[in-house]
Amino acid sequence: MKKLVSVFLALLYILTANAQDPVKILDEVDKNLSADSRILDSKMIVYGKRNDRTMTAHSITMGDKKAFTEYLSPARDKGTKMLKLDKELWMYSPSTDRTIMISGHMLRQSLMGSDLSYEDMMEDRKLNELYKAVISGEETLDNRACYVMQLTAKVPDVAYYSMKLWVDKERLIPLRQELFGKSGQLLKHITLSDIKRIDNRWFPMKMNYKDVLKDGKGTDWIIQSIQFDQPIPKHVFSKASLKQ
Amino acid sequence: MTQFLWKGIIRDKRRSLLPCIVVAIGVFFLVFLHGLIGGMENNMISMTANFETGHLKIMTRAYSENEEQKPLDLALLDIDLLLSDLKKEYPEVDWNPRVSFGGLLDIPDSTGETLAQGPVSGMAYNLLSAESHEAKRMGLEKALVSGRLIRRPMEVLISADFAERFKVQPEDTLTFFGSTMYGSMTFTNLSVAGIVRFGTAALDRGAIILDLQDARQLLDMENAASEVLGFLPQELYNDKQAESIKTAFNNQHNDSMDEYAPVMLQLADQNFMREMLDYTSSVTTIMIFLLILVLSIVLWNTGILGGIRRYNEFGVRLALGEEKKHIYRSLLTESFFIGIIGSCIGTLLGLCLSFYISKYGIDYGPMMENISMMIDPVIRSQITPAMYVIGFIPGVLSMLTGTALAGIGIYKRKTATLFKELEG
Repeated sequence: MKKLVSVFLALLYILTANAQDPVKILDEVDKNLSADSRILDSKMIVYGKRNDRTMTAHSITMGDKKAFTEYLSPARDKGTKMLKLDKELWMYSPSTDRTIMISGHMLRQSLMGSDLSYEDMMEDRKLNELYKAVISGEETLDNRACYVMQLTAKVPDVAYYSMKLWVDKERLIPLRQELFGKSGQLLKHITLSDIKRIDNRWFPMKMNYKDVLKDGKGTDWIIQSIQFDQPIPKHVFSKASLKQ
Repeated sequence: MTQFLWKGIIRDKRRSLLPCIVVAIGVFFLVFLHGLIGGMENNMISMTANFETGHLKIMTRAYSENEEQKPLDLALLDIDLLLSDLKKEYPEVDWNPRVSFGGLLDIPDSTGETLAQGPVSGMAYNLLSAESHEAKRMGLEKALVSGRLIRRPMEVLISADFAERFKVQPEDTLTFFGSTMYGSMTFTNLSVAGIVRFGTAALDRGAIILDLQDARQLLDMENAASEVLGFLPQELYNDKQAESIKTAFNNQHNDSMDEYAPVMLQLADQNFMREMLDYTSSVTTIMIFLLILVLSIVLWNTGILGGIRRYNEFGVRLALGEEKKHIYRSLLTESFFIGIIGSCIGTLLGLCLSFYISKYGIDYGPMMENISMMIDPVIRSQITPAMYVIGFIPGVLSMLTGTALAGIGIYKRKTATLFKELEG
């Protein structure tokens, strides 16, 4: 009898879990995280072995193809600008007055010594476009009921082959992401917190990136202010704007 | 007696010429190879010491655990204080702070945009200070292919292969970009002073050389260094001296639990140099042993042939009443003289060739194209006092052993049958 009850409960669990459509969940996640345009001021705290560093930046993004960032502090980084145009990334440094293209394996390097890579920063495409998803279970994270989702790449040009996502059931926003390489090795994890309601969407105002191959507590990326779907002049996303 | 034997050796060339040639050839090879192996060992030690390990090297403990990654964030801080202590404690050692770093070198087109990029491995030495011997130690003048050495701040030397691949010329301006010690991004324009070729693939592929102060400014490393390298007097590595300095220094800093506390290594502790030094020492010993063995066998046979040729002579001497042991002793003394003569000739020839190779060297660069070892592609023999005497040990010993074995036949002669043999 006990066995029968156990089998019934297990079946019930599987049926309940599968009753949720992972594509729909991911679609809702994308709706929360993606926007036609974004203007944001952010602070990045890099927790190093010897000391911590704080950088502030002003960023403008349009869809998943164009982004412009200007670093405002510290003094050494002030005036450094980055421009993403589809798959190309350009950097301008005021000290050399040069515009330099970052490509190839350099895109996997650390961004400003942080736990984020240039690729992490450049990747703005919707999860549904990049990954096939399945719901592998349910867990409670930070007192929030979550779907545990397993994502596997369906396009070749992704930075991480697979992902494990803890998606808040109610707000449909990820609270934790684990990013894996093709070999199955865990490369990074991201903890998303301080979820706020902005313009009919939920958005994490604080993200902690942790490169598991690096020492330290990781990197906090804190959004200080954000505006969605604002009109942005086209000239912002031109190489000429880097030198202005 | 000595005079009698000496005259026999000089006048009866059939008795002495062949053994003498055999000993001379063996000793020649021994002396020559000893010089060549010594030269190779010296070459490897000096290249490794100059470019990587020093005779002594100081790093932070954390840096030494991840040394192959050259982690700038784990570099030594307060270098001035450390250097002043080192100069006070060990004034005989030449202490040199250095910085190793990586990054990208960006080559601009005519509009200033990226034309090409290549990864580089940077090395920064104290090149602009008048008291520094670093430029000479690294052989920069000799390695210069075109342009000139660094004379002003923000100048760079580029490795030849990199320059060829990206068509870089002296006086070009390139942009270096990488990460500072604290992880910030860093950019700087560098003027190419010259192009260098060290003949070592590891260096020629993508090395750039900067002045230490420029690197510190570029990498936000004020009063910091990746490592401090120490060189013993006359730039000669002395294992015992290095070990005693290392032990004294490390004892001073042993108590600290700080992972950024300095730790000292000696040359033999790094890059498998201890194994390499032991290996060359073993090779020399084995070489001497094999030479004695081979020469003894050859000279044994030569002695037997000589014994057969002098069969009648020994018979007559025995018939005249000379004792067997006296004949045996005289043969050994004769061999000793032949051994000395052969060793002298072999040593002289070996030294002549070694002097020639120490001056002109053997260039095996084409064979080293794909090898990443820190070796100068031109090997030069190393002339040491030991080379003047080392050949005499196997030269004389093998001659004596060969004769001692061949001469045993004298004791087998029976006096009773002597006259019958002589009549025959």
